[in-house]
Formats: sequence, structure tokens, C-alpha cells
Amino acid sequence: MITVLILMCLGILIGWFLHKQKKLIKITSEITNWAIYLLLFLLGLSVGANEKILNNFDKIGYQSIMITVFAVTGSVLVSWLSYTIFFKKDER
Amino acid sequence: MKGSLIILSFFAFGLLAGIYKLLPEHFSQNDYSIYALYILMFLVGIGIGSNKKSLSLIKSVNFKILLVPLSVITGTYIGVAVFSLLQDNLNLIDSLAVGSGFGYYSLSSVLIAEISGDTLGVIALLSNITREIITLLLTPLFARYFGKLAPIASGGATSMDTTLPIITKYIGSDYAIISVFSGVVLTILVPLLIAIIL
Repeated sequence: MITVLILMCLGILIGWFLHKQKKLIKITSEITNWAIYLLLFLLGLSVGANEKILNNFDKIGYQSIMITVFAVTGSVLVSWLSYTIFFKKDER
Repeated sequence: MKGSLIILSFFAFGLLAGIYKLLPEHFSQNDYSIYALYILMFLVGIGIGSNKKSLSLIKSVNFKILLVPLSVITGTYIGVAVFSLLQDNLNLIDSLAVGSGFGYYSLSSVLIAEISGDTLGVIALLSNITREIITLLLTPLFARYFGKLAPIASGGATSMDTTLPIITKYIGSDYAIISVFSGVVLTILVPLLIAIIL
């Protein structure tokens, strides 16, 4: 996955230099959207052809929801701690 | 919300085309998607580098504001680590990768699918959509009982755009800049963290 990271960093550098070219940036974000649409279509395509995933969809769905419940609970609690220690006193 | 529906319908169209074999077989057997992913990551990079928001936000960085995305990352990782201990299907690495989406489901799902396979990609998609939905539904509750940072934490990467309106409605517009900051930082970190973890 090093290729992905290098391409992204290259993009950041180029974006940094070209950030005043508004038209170009707008076209870039338009193509970005379509690249995401295409990839999600392709993900759907290979999932649709994969019976192992289709037959376990309920199990996969349940896991997905549960992992998010834990992720959100964890981040809400840690942010509550940060808020109580560092932010709350400034509000009074 | 409109954007989410468009994104989901592309996934749904693909799913239907796959189930009913609407496309010629070689289409789904050849893996074109890795090239699309390369193009995407390059373009995402350009988007980050040219983003005025991220440029101006760098100037507002201080220790306290950095604590917000840091708390979100720490809390998310503690949460998913506990989850990975409680069941046998997803190990710690996979759970951390899915958690690293922070609600940015479009990018995290295609990236994870490419590295770790379709099953984990689908989990990342569903899981991170759930994060956005939970935030939209529970922000009033979080804001009331767990402080003003809680809705921002729940929103993760989405706290800069899709969940920003509801978040600022319940915690006040003086926290809007923190919400956008946290969302931008997490959005940039999503591909980096996933690539490092997997």
C-alpha cells in the first residue's frame, strides 16, 4: 500500500502549488467523486457475485453495527473526559 | 444527505449487476479497481493540498484544539479494541482498520476492500455509514449528557460536512470551528491510518 501513500503525498504537494487554480481544483473534485462512484460500483459488483458474502449478509451487518457502537461509545467517553478537564472551565 | 444517497445507489447498482450477472464475466474477474484507486488517492491528495479550509486551519492549531481529533482517535481505538476482544470474527488489526474510517465510508470502504478483500470492505462501508447515522440521530443526547465535544467525537470525519449542521445546532456555533477542524484532520488521516494499520 506504499504506492497509495506515495500517490497521495504527491497529490498533496501538487494541490498545494495549484491551490489558486480554482477551475482545475473544481474539475479535480468532480473527478474524485466519479472515481469514488466507480469504485463503489465495482465493490458492489464483486460483492454481488460473491455468495459467501451474500449468504452472511445479516451476520456482516450485525458486526458492522456493533463495531460502530463500540467505536462511538469509546470516542464519546474519551472526548467527555477531555471536555471536562480542558474545555469546561473556560466557559464560565 | 443527497450525496450519501448517490454514493449508496452506485454500490446498490453494482450489487444488483453482480447478483443478476448483468455484465460480461471478464468485467468482474479482471481487477480494474486498483487503478481507479490509484487515481482516486492522487486526486484526494490534490483535494487535501489545495483545500483552503485546511490551509487556514493550520493557523488556528493549538494544543487544545488538537486534543479533539486525538480524543476521537484514542476513544475509537479503545472502543474497537474492546469489540475485537468480545468476538472471534474480526481480529484487532481488522477492527482497527474499520474504526479508522471515522465515518468516511466512501473512501475507507474502497481502500480496505482493495487491501483486505471484499468482506472487510463491506463491513467498513456499513460500519462507517452507521457512524454517520448514529451521529445524526443521537447528537442531542450526546450533547446533553457527555459535553459539547461528544457530538464532534461521534461524527468523526463527518463533523466537517454532513453532520456539521446538526452538531452546531446542539452545541452552539462557537464550537463549529472545532468541529470543522476535527473533521478535516480525521479526513486527512483516514487513508494514512488505514494504510499504516493494514
